[in-house]
Amino acid sequence: MTFRSRILECVTDDDLVFRALADPTRRHLLDRLYERDGRTLTELESDLEMTRFGVMKHLRLLEEAGLVATRREGRQKLHYLNPVPIRLIHDRWIDKYTERQVSALANLKSELEETA
Amino acid sequence: MTTMTAQTTQVYSVFIRATPEQVWDAITKPEFTMRYFYGSELESTFEQGASYKQWAPEREKLWVEGEVLESDRPNRLAHTWRSLFDEDSAAEEPSRVTWEIEAQEGGVTKLTVVHDQLESAPKTAASVAGGWSYVLSGLKTLLETGEPLESA
Repeated sequence: MTFRSRILECVTDDDLVFRALADPTRRHLLDRLYERDGRTLTELESDLEMTRFGVMKHLRLLEEAGLVATRREGRQKLHYLNPVPIRLIHDRWIDKYTERQVSALANLKSELEETA
Repeated sequence: MTTMTAQTTQVYSVFIRATPEQVWDAITKPEFTMRYFYGSELESTFEQGASYKQWAPEREKLWVEGEVLESDRPNRLAHTWRSLFDEDSAAEEPSRVTWEIEAQEGGVTKLTVVHDQLESAPKTAASVAGGWSYVLSGLKTLLETGEPLESA
């Protein structure tokens, strides 16, 4: 699968985001960026017992899922945490379920009040 | 997890099933911004050097004020940003917001918002940190479904 077709897949599918999050090293990288982003690969690999190539691979998966955005600054490639895909999952899924709970409670309240 | 210190450069991006022109209109026309940007109404001609104003609903208060730095429809828009939400933010130096719009394959457009030059605006940096995700999520939903987010 090419890089571009994976990007397109992420538009129609949250799979890439869930897959990217389903790994402790990648969640650790996101936590590091949450503390402070705009970091280079060298900074990000410093506390990981992993080859540079391994860290690059994880960062690439995060970038393909849209969770990490990169910017070039001079000769450096800086990594930024992009929280928008997580927000999209929140807005499309979590809000939907909380709404159902709220409406269930609202229905219960009106039923109780009717019978009272 | 340690607490987040507000970042002086913040990068947000989202893929939207729309054309670059549609995305440009959604970020520059008040009838769109009112539906996803906390109900705010934009006022600007979006010409280089023009003022950029973001009003609270009903124009009750001016929320953001700035100046258009770059305007290249439908590819790129940059403007300064001074938050007027509260006195502390208003006293800070202006920061910069850059909107980058790139067409991708398959009728999809990538929108990237870079909010930077926040070094002398820590209150603003902290207050916009959660807001941009909400705004871009709402913008995507509006363009793809024609409806604002339910929680908006």
